[in-house]
Amino acid sequence: MAELFIFFEQIYRILFLLIPVLVSVAMIVWLDRRVWAFVQKRRGPNVVGPFGLFQTLADALKYIFKEIIIPASSNKVIFILAPIVTMTLALIAWAVIPFSETFVLADINVGILYLFAVSSLGVYGIIMGGWASNSKYPFLGAIRSAAQMVSYEVSIGVIIINVLLCVGSLNLSDIVLAQKDLWFVIPLFPMFIIFFISALAETNRPPFDLPEAEAELVAGYQTEYSGMMYAMFWLGEYANILLMCAMGSILFLGGWLSPIDLFPFNVIPAPIWLILKILFLFILFALIKAIVPRYRYDQLMKLGWKIFLPFSLIYVVLTASFLMYFDLLPGN
Amino acid sequence: MIAHAIVFYIFSLIAIVSAIMVTVSKNTVNSVFFLILDFISISCLFIMIGAEFLGMIMLIVYVGAVAVLFLFVVMMLNVAQQKNEWFNSSGRSSHIPVGLLVSIIIFFELIIVIGGWKYKPDLLDSIAIEINTDLTNTQSLGSVIYTDYIHLFQLSGMVLLVAMIGAIVLTFRQRSGVKRQSYFKQISRDRKDGIELVDVENNKGVKIDV
Repeated sequence: MAELFIFFEQIYRILFLLIPVLVSVAMIVWLDRRVWAFVQKRRGPNVVGPFGLFQTLADALKYIFKEIIIPASSNKVIFILAPIVTMTLALIAWAVIPFSETFVLADINVGILYLFAVSSLGVYGIIMGGWASNSKYPFLGAIRSAAQMVSYEVSIGVIIINVLLCVGSLNLSDIVLAQKDLWFVIPLFPMFIIFFISALAETNRPPFDLPEAEAELVAGYQTEYSGMMYAMFWLGEYANILLMCAMGSILFLGGWLSPIDLFPFNVIPAPIWLILKILFLFILFALIKAIVPRYRYDQLMKLGWKIFLPFSLIYVVLTASFLMYFDLLPGN
Repeated sequence: MIAHAIVFYIFSLIAIVSAIMVTVSKNTVNSVFFLILDFISISCLFIMIGAEFLGMIMLIVYVGAVAVLFLFVVMMLNVAQQKNEWFNSSGRSSHIPVGLLVSIIIFFELIIVIGGWKYKPDLLDSIAIEINTDLTNTQSLGSVIYTDYIHLFQLSGMVLLVAMIGAIVLTFRQRSGVKRQSYFKQISRDRKDGIELVDVENNKGVKIDV
């Protein structure tokens, strides 16, 4: 009986995390479009509900009632599996994100590795979708995206090593608590910038949205998808963007910690701080979408391998020697 | 404990079935997908025995990088055409002896390893480093690899580096006639060497692109 109780409690906790994440994904799509419109002096979605807040829900409803078209020559199993994989991977990663000292679903030892592993699996949804469509544009989009995501993962991995050197633990709560006195964005500012740009590339956001470059590839790997399956790709993509923002705020912006430990700030509950930081990073993402033109493919590869990777490797050496010289290494 | 056993058997069943499917399935891309499923279930097994670091590294390295490259290569092949060539050609029998040799060697290795399982308690006494059970396994792996076995670690790193350079040298082709963009050249251009003003004479035209 007791096991059954624990089981249902866990289910309740998972739902308590997942439903807010899904709702905020819907809201964030709206925010993205609003910010984009704001920069371009347009109104953006403002008709459905107050300020157009229910626009995404209306869109989702439309997708649900649309017919799902499966191309006759596609590999049907993998074709259907691809959006499911994308969406599942985007959601399971939220299990380890700590919203406060106590509010975390799974406080595992290797939390950051888990996040890194799940985000590196994200490429499969895209490759599977692109290949199973059995069509030229999706396939080209999938191949581009595979190369792009694998390249930028490498620099994200090296950036994570920089942070881990300062923390001495792979646990996400420990990473946040290590920033109690000084957020890592200050000593590791260049790494934060590189992480941010790599996160843009990893989530296929503009200016690195080459996998779905509409001028060349129709819609990249999503070309053959319709109805709910397209909506799942779309939800997964935005959940991944939110996740990257959460990762950035945990690694560099002090997670749930308030900026200064003084009266008006420290009464605000911890999860609110994390949400504010995620929103801040997301608005930066949205602004960049509006103001930066798309990269060319060879420029993208050059940036990843010839600039970011060597620079972050050198920074690892610098960080390690600095910590060693001033005897600041954690665990000593 | 029963739940643990059930989960273990589920994962190992998935691992074995997908390993068989890798070799059985006719579509090479499906084989790679089964290989990925196999890697994932193996890493779940690693996590179940408490080797969470190894499990995650397995996911990151094999599933996140190696299998993506596999998939990349396999998708590039023209699968339908290759299948026909492979199964219809008379030369396919020439692959059988090599395959047989490799599988016999692997079979005997497995027999030796599984046979050695019986002597497992004795083997545990002969390991050189004492296992510290207080540390998390990330910490203990780190301290063993980077302090006790640092030379071996660096040596294997060098071997990998040489292999990497070798692969690059083997596949590198210097192509002529490729236009490359040099940011430095592009930025350091100014009006003087970018634009030339020419007075065009009537009915003569100008020679461009000299």
